[in-house]
Amino acid sequence: MKIIKIAALLASGLSATVSFAAKDGCKTPDGKEIRGAVKMDGSSTVFPVAEAIAEEFQKVCPRVRVTVGLSGTGGGFKKFTSGEIDISNASRSIKPKEKAATEKNKIKYMKLPVAFDGISVIVSKKNTFLKEIAMEDLKRIWEPGSKIKYWNEVDPKLPKKEIKLYGPGADSGTFDFFTEEVMGVSRASRSDYVASEDDNVLVRGVKASDAALGYFGYAYYIENKSTLNSVKIKYKGKTTGPTFETIQDGSYPLARPLLVYLNVGSAKRPEVQAFVDFFLKNAGKLSKEVGYIPLPKETYEKALAEFEKTVKNMQTH
Amino acid sequence: MSQASSPTVPVVASKNQKNRGGETLENPKFIPNHSGRRMREYAFRAVIVSATLAALFILIVLTVNVFKQGLPWLDQQFLTSFPSRFPERAGIKSAIWGSVWLGGFTLLFSVFFGVGAALYLEELAPKNRINRILEVNISTLAGVPSIIYGMLGLTLFVRIMAFERSVLAGGLTLSLLIMPVIIIATREALKCVPDDIRLGAAALGATKWQAVRDHVLPAAMPGVLTGIILAMARAVGEAAPLIMIGALSYVAFVPESAFDAFTALPIQIFNWTSRPKEEFHALAAAGIIVLLGFLLVCNSIAILLRLKWKDHRR
Repeated sequence: MKIIKIAALLASGLSATVSFAAKDGCKTPDGKEIRGAVKMDGSSTVFPVAEAIAEEFQKVCPRVRVTVGLSGTGGGFKKFTSGEIDISNASRSIKPKEKAATEKNKIKYMKLPVAFDGISVIVSKKNTFLKEIAMEDLKRIWEPGSKIKYWNEVDPKLPKKEIKLYGPGADSGTFDFFTEEVMGVSRASRSDYVASEDDNVLVRGVKASDAALGYFGYAYYIENKSTLNSVKIKYKGKTTGPTFETIQDGSYPLARPLLVYLNVGSAKRPEVQAFVDFFLKNAGKLSKEVGYIPLPKETYEKALAEFEKTVKNMQTH
Repeated sequence: MSQASSPTVPVVASKNQKNRGGETLENPKFIPNHSGRRMREYAFRAVIVSATLAALFILIVLTVNVFKQGLPWLDQQFLTSFPSRFPERAGIKSAIWGSVWLGGFTLLFSVFFGVGAALYLEELAPKNRINRILEVNISTLAGVPSIIYGMLGLTLFVRIMAFERSVLAGGLTLSLLIMPVIIIATREALKCVPDDIRLGAAALGATKWQAVRDHVLPAAMPGVLTGIILAMARAVGEAAPLIMIGALSYVAFVPESAFDAFTALPIQIFNWTSRPKEEFHALAAAGIIVLLGFLLVCNSIAILLRLKWKDHRR
């Protein structure tokens, strides 16, 4: 029976999960099958990874219902801080205001890493003049009240073409992160650009014009590599573009970690324990599959050890 | 009244005649201008026909586009699988069933309360100021953006009544959304029922309720059903209020009770269109075809019911 199960899992390309499945078989220590529900919600950027993990976990624990929502990082935190969900998917760290809400509602949480993403600054393949841009110029273009209208105002060597700007809307975690990193102040941005929560709208917009500039997650750039170019960023004397390696080792200045926040109170439930365990053991492989960049192996292992410690502490108390 | 106004009539008439260029009965200046009028007739026709064609053209372009993209993905596997990160394994089973549950609850609540409210307002309510204010408010509600209903549903059904993010909460929210439309359509249908029917029933000693139940409502039924169809079509295609109340995007089970979490067709479609991978956009197109089919089936059932009702009455 066990052999059949292992074979089936291997066949579906899940070698990483076998040890877990064979060891626990989705049973509690006293041998009962784990049932229940795990609720996740939040960032649309983290969604593909969360979906992949939920999908694979469902094969191991068919009796546990994992659901993933798509309310955006801010919307996810709203539900998380009021205790409606177990896990919040986030493309930025929790804000002081949200932290205060967790304290008010007596929710203890734990931050767990999922994968890396690199916010890519993008031009169309048609654009022949922009290969790299200095961080300061990026700031001059995007800062609030910026009057820059033509490329030659950024650098006299560039042609006199009108810059068309595309970027995510203000509800997006990408927006929060980009403004924080480039402007130094979170949510400080000029507002006269084409904004959309749907990154595919940005992709289409930038694609069409040789003078357009946009920024969005790495996965959208990779999927549209045939029509888009990434712009290298000059920062502190180095010029780096977004690639698998530069994002993973953190040398790309706009690399950001994708996170989940776990409600520690929920971790009392065996189905949440099983899910988080599975999550941390498989996040690396599965995030790579859906176009994100996995964190170093040790990061996951460290997080798993920390999680197991937390669970143990809770059981002894 | 007639004595006072009658002398003024010829004065007005003669003024009008003067404005037409001194035309009098003795000297008619009416020029038939057949060709000119015909020209204008054709021009008018051309304008309205092109308006129709333009609307149709856009619809056809959209439909052809969706079918071209989505049809290759639309197969048995797509209809019977749960969502997946692999486009070739992904399906919309949970979304279809979510929409069926939602549609069922929405129909139940909105028809019961919507038709009930319309019957009260049209047949029983005294025509006083309070009811007039109610009427104006209901027409205003029909124009409120759907996301506002989502916020109401989130507070009322999800939080206060603690239905959580269940199909029941979703169905109730959508019922609120379409209730004004159903009320207005039902009232219009009831207004078209001749008063003779009500008076005849009353003359034979029927109570108001009996008259409404056995005569007025059945006579108004085709109109009521049309209103319900249009309202339901809106409800089934609505994503914004459901996202607001926290409907989910990844659900790998079919709801088994009113309190289960759910996803719905428009949400699954929305989710797929926002993915980076091109294949998911094609899946979204396939989802749209399913949604169109779903609506078409609902509408056909309603049309059949309506025809049956008409036969029944004859």
